[in-house]
Amino acid sequence: MAEVLVLVDHTAGQVKKTTAELLTIARTLGTPSAVFVGSDVEAARPRLAQFGAEKVYVIDNADVDNYLVAPLAEALQAVVQQASPAAVLLPSTPHNKEAAARLAIKTESGLITDAVAVEAGDAGATATQSVFAGSYTVKSTVTKGAPIITVKPNVVPPSASQAGATVVPVDVQVSDAAKGAKITAREEKQKSGRPELTEAAIVVSGGRGTGGDFSPVETFADTLGAAVGASRAAVDAGWYPHSSQVGQTGKQVSPQLYVAAGISGAIQHRAGMQTSKTIVAINKDEEAPIFELVDFGVVGDLFTVLPQATDAVKQARS
Amino acid sequence: MNIVVCVKYVPDAQSDRTFNEDNTTDRDNVDGLLSELDEYAVEAALKIVEAGEGEVTVVTVGPDQAADAVKKALQMGADKAVHVSDDAIHGSDAVATSLVLAEAIKKIGSPDLVLTGLASTDGTMSVVPAMLAERLGLPQVTQVSTLEVEGGTVKGRRDGDVASESLEAQLPALVSVTDQINEPRYPSFKGIMAAKKKPVETWSLADLGVDAGQVGLDAAWTKVESFAARPPREQGEIVTDEGDGGTKLAEFLVAQKFV
Repeated sequence: MAEVLVLVDHTAGQVKKTTAELLTIARTLGTPSAVFVGSDVEAARPRLAQFGAEKVYVIDNADVDNYLVAPLAEALQAVVQQASPAAVLLPSTPHNKEAAARLAIKTESGLITDAVAVEAGDAGATATQSVFAGSYTVKSTVTKGAPIITVKPNVVPPSASQAGATVVPVDVQVSDAAKGAKITAREEKQKSGRPELTEAAIVVSGGRGTGGDFSPVETFADTLGAAVGASRAAVDAGWYPHSSQVGQTGKQVSPQLYVAAGISGAIQHRAGMQTSKTIVAINKDEEAPIFELVDFGVVGDLFTVLPQATDAVKQARS
Repeated sequence: MNIVVCVKYVPDAQSDRTFNEDNTTDRDNVDGLLSELDEYAVEAALKIVEAGEGEVTVVTVGPDQAADAVKKALQMGADKAVHVSDDAIHGSDAVATSLVLAEAIKKIGSPDLVLTGLASTDGTMSVVPAMLAERLGLPQVTQVSTLEVEGGTVKGRRDGDVASESLEAQLPALVSVTDQINEPRYPSFKGIMAAKKKPVETWSLADLGVDAGQVGLDAAWTKVESFAARPPREQGEIVTDEGDGGTKLAEFLVAQKFV
């Protein structure tokens, strides 16, 4: 079976759940091979082996990290030329999508982004996308080259399947042209201790209705072990950081449970959360469009409803 | 400073967007407009030119109606526009769109800066800027929420999930901007009147030397096999808080095994 390349998402060798998900998908399409960029492959290897990577291509070259996008595309091109894969899977992040875009042009391969499912089909890998603010699903295939597909988090449960994870070093010489855009400073975000928004199983978001006080939203989120999101209105008002914005121009989330507190549900917000499995809303305005989407809605003030729900959840647990 | 801004005419997100029988996006039976996210790129270009000197050219690829997208950009203050329109382009994927845009930008001249929005609001793939940079051989400074151009250098800040990065490249470069970068202006009455006199060139594929066989539905490297409307959600249970709304919410979460 042909190899299927999976770009590893990791921080200093700590492999993220999305990579386990992609390796799980890759096993349905062919023989999974991980592509690891960085110097910490030994830290990552056990987990890559656990989820079925037969090989781990390693690109250990500081230029790939210090410059923006273009060197990663060159590195991936080198691996694609070496492996002639049946498909290339990448976690859907802004950076990866752009690297995939350049790789598509370099290798003359079709590109599908933000897949919510990938299956083996007669015409090769078939990817499902959710489009037009979640109002349609489309299934697409690639007609030229090796399908390059970026996949959203949480689309399959990761399943383990032990493999050898043989390390294959890949020597990449980054071209001068690819060093045109450099990263001159990097400031790590402060960790909130909460799960990452795009990967969380539960998301609790606050909007205009919070009036800027996110404390009941945060307390309820922490009770459920959830990530905290915000609507564009709340972000534009400066109440919550842009990195927490859920919506068309922010994060696209698809958790098991989405709780919208004080969010009216404009189309731009719906575009970011409509594919959530279960949707709950709390809003004072019974006419709020968010109520069209909900599995359960409370017409009421989030400042009384959320604290009561927080206590009731704690009680149910004890 | 010559700046080219790439803009797209998209179906209005507020209306019911759907597909044609050939699985392409329906652009005829839906109101269209300049992609909201492109206005930030137009605004960024105008600010740079206003602070120094130069010219802003907007370019779009799309059917006849797409002229409306460039018209809006001209009303905001762009100097001139190019509209690439050709029946053969119908059904093009991002790869082919980037090819046509790249050839149009080469024909316009050698801009110091190519500016785009974060993504279009219809396809929302966010890949055309990187494809354009690859095709034009330009460094890319993408998805920035700040932008400074000074002495042949472009600088910007990108806010990612785990870190904020400061980015820098020499001109010429390609830059894509997020919706955090500025507040796009509304066209003034003067701007609307002035736009009527601004030049709009319409180019065909032949004008660009692009073979029609490289674009369109049949030449696309990806194929939409099928589309389906998401089934409408069943009406959920909605309760009005009468002092027990939070308790009822918790009961729902327990029943659904989230607690």
